[in-house]
Amino acid sequence: MTQYTWIKNGLVIDPANDREAIGDVFIQDGLIVDSLNDAEKKEATHFDAKGLVVAPGLVDIHVHFREPGQTHKEDIASGSRAAAAGGYTSVVCMPNTSPVCDNAGTLERINNSIEKEAVINVYTTGCLTMGMKGEELAPTGQLKQAGIVAVTDDGLCIQNNEIMRRSVEYATLHNLPIMDHCQDGSLTENAVMHEGEVSLKLGLKGWPRAAEDIVVARNIILSELTGARIHMQHVSSYHSVELLRNAKAKGINVTGEASPHHIEFTDACIGDYNTLFKMNPPLRTDKDRLALIEGLKDGTLDCIATDHAPHSPTEKDCEFDKAPFGIIGLENALASTLETLYHSKELSLKEVIALMTHKGAEICDLTAGTLSVGVAGDVCIFDPDQKWTVDAEAFKSKSRNCPWNGRTLRGQVKATFVGGKEIFRLR
Amino acid sequence: MSRVLTWEKQNLISIEPLSLAEIQTIFSLARYYKEGTESGQLKFDALEGRTVINLFLEPSTRTRLAFEIACKRLSADCISVSGGASSLSKGESLKDTAQNIVALGADVIIMRHSSSGSADYLSKTVDTPIINAGDGSHAHPTQALLDTFTLTERLGDVNNKKVTILGDILFSRVARSNIHCLLKLGAKVTLAGPNTLVPKEFEAMGVTVSHNLKDALEDADAIMLLRIQHERQTSTHFPSIGEYTTSFGLNERRAHWIKPNAVIMHPGPINRGVEIDSKLADSSNSVILEQVKNGVFVRMAILHLCHAAHTKTEISLPK
Repeated sequence: MTQYTWIKNGLVIDPANDREAIGDVFIQDGLIVDSLNDAEKKEATHFDAKGLVVAPGLVDIHVHFREPGQTHKEDIASGSRAAAAGGYTSVVCMPNTSPVCDNAGTLERINNSIEKEAVINVYTTGCLTMGMKGEELAPTGQLKQAGIVAVTDDGLCIQNNEIMRRSVEYATLHNLPIMDHCQDGSLTENAVMHEGEVSLKLGLKGWPRAAEDIVVARNIILSELTGARIHMQHVSSYHSVELLRNAKAKGINVTGEASPHHIEFTDACIGDYNTLFKMNPPLRTDKDRLALIEGLKDGTLDCIATDHAPHSPTEKDCEFDKAPFGIIGLENALASTLETLYHSKELSLKEVIALMTHKGAEICDLTAGTLSVGVAGDVCIFDPDQKWTVDAEAFKSKSRNCPWNGRTLRGQVKATFVGGKEIFRLR
Repeated sequence: MSRVLTWEKQNLISIEPLSLAEIQTIFSLARYYKEGTESGQLKFDALEGRTVINLFLEPSTRTRLAFEIACKRLSADCISVSGGASSLSKGESLKDTAQNIVALGADVIIMRHSSSGSADYLSKTVDTPIINAGDGSHAHPTQALLDTFTLTERLGDVNNKKVTILGDILFSRVARSNIHCLLKLGAKVTLAGPNTLVPKEFEAMGVTVSHNLKDALEDADAIMLLRIQHERQTSTHFPSIGEYTTSFGLNERRAHWIKPNAVIMHPGPINRGVEIDSKLADSSNSVILEQVKNGVFVRMAILHLCHAAHTKTEISLPK
């Protein structure tokens, strides 16, 4: 039996197709179609989207679902449900699981779990180097055959420039993008927050911008040398934005992402050592925050990615320098990004949706983030003005390490569809 | 005739939340204990029957002993626990350790810890008075209070006096707490030392940063020296102890730059011949041992006040 879905009367915003108008979205057997005939419409599952925005399902190319190995923090079942509740229909998981994803066997295990447990499209990445140790190359070809969409040693930036050069060069043989967490480890030993006035006051070891900037510069140089597509993860420094802007102007094949927290918060948010604001790279200053927003506006930064990094409440409930880095954001990313970019009048709704859908998908060559005819019927339906209060206790995620907890934000996801099937509805 | 002190803060985590009046209250109670002790009273009953836990998770001689003696003079039972001997070395969290100490009946917890912010964290975890005896590079409020108490004994009012802090400021909790305390008392604070240990960004705290030793010492009313912790964090921050001494050590020649009767201070432990010339450490300008002595009285005052705040009692002193 053919399945039909009819999403009616919403404000359809599909930036990839330059569509922004009140209208309908039709899905037939999981794929977007132009229209349904009267008989099909009668049979279809209806969703009345009047007064709501109908957008492509959101895409996040940077999440940690912790499976295998750290499933007390998150797993593919809980992570994908958290994503669905946030309007996401496609995510790209980082390979720093336990064991790390540096071989096809581990990847197969992850793929099996995705097959069984995921309610959205969960994509995988493979390590650049074995054990993420930065010493020898991982079997990129075998990993690609098993389905990865990018290679990265996220969290453990390769320090040796020869290894980095060869691993990005080799990745291009398999036409894979490289995603890099840009951090010079020698400049950040024991560092737990941005180096500046706030770290001096709190007596905490600082992580200077230079540690990111040096690696961003290196990656630009290596991209120019090898032609590799290098994507800079969670850019946090204003200077890195400038480096990327210049590199792009020269036609070098590099991209960058910004996270919702880096465009909203600063190091001052740490206040009295609040570990919910401890992440890597760290929150920086207003100057950086505003430069990131400028970067998103002029295309220097390509997309928004959450770096959803779950940690259990016990792990974050300790002395600041002992707490793990990272926060979760999938379930409120749309709202917080709308606050920072749309309600603040920095960008239009369509531009924000582009940053959260097809722009990221393009970096990893995903067929996602559009409502083009023939693609999967992945849809996010939301009210951009609806206020709600973030309650981490109610999250689908297993973790609660969310710095937005308790904040009232505008922008509420009402329903999420994957392949025409409703997988989330706000109750 | 008596005077009554009221105190509302059961924790002493850092200097920042204290008002000038509160700092003066601490000083006046410390003075009461100092005068009492010097006139022959060896025991006071303020904390009689109370249990104070000295949780020292980092090495310390002076501070730990001063707290122990302060407790004993106040008639409290004081038990010291050190890092290696505690369950923290078995993987117990600080929160669990603290809750166990409270369950055992602690009335006050004094803690030294290597993590900045740990004392603040502890105070949010348990409802027992917490006294910070040093947390990472963040704060060492009792040291700052005893330093400024000693300074006011020598200089009278420190308002508008030039106080220079010289040495490893970057990693120093003593410096940070003294900056806050001196500024509240109206002093003009200059920080000096190599730029790698005294970054300009400290000026956001309201101090002057100088990398020129002569400028920093010129006309200073007091100088606080800090130990160079070259064995710890500072190994990449300057070349060697010898180089430090050559460029920033306080010797007799440089001592001429400060005022003739300027006060020389050091929180200890001192490295003679490194940050300070041995003769200067023993000179009449030096109050180094006076600081140690006052450390007991200031800590008696703080223990008494924090406990009074917790039990909501007033302190009445003979006029």
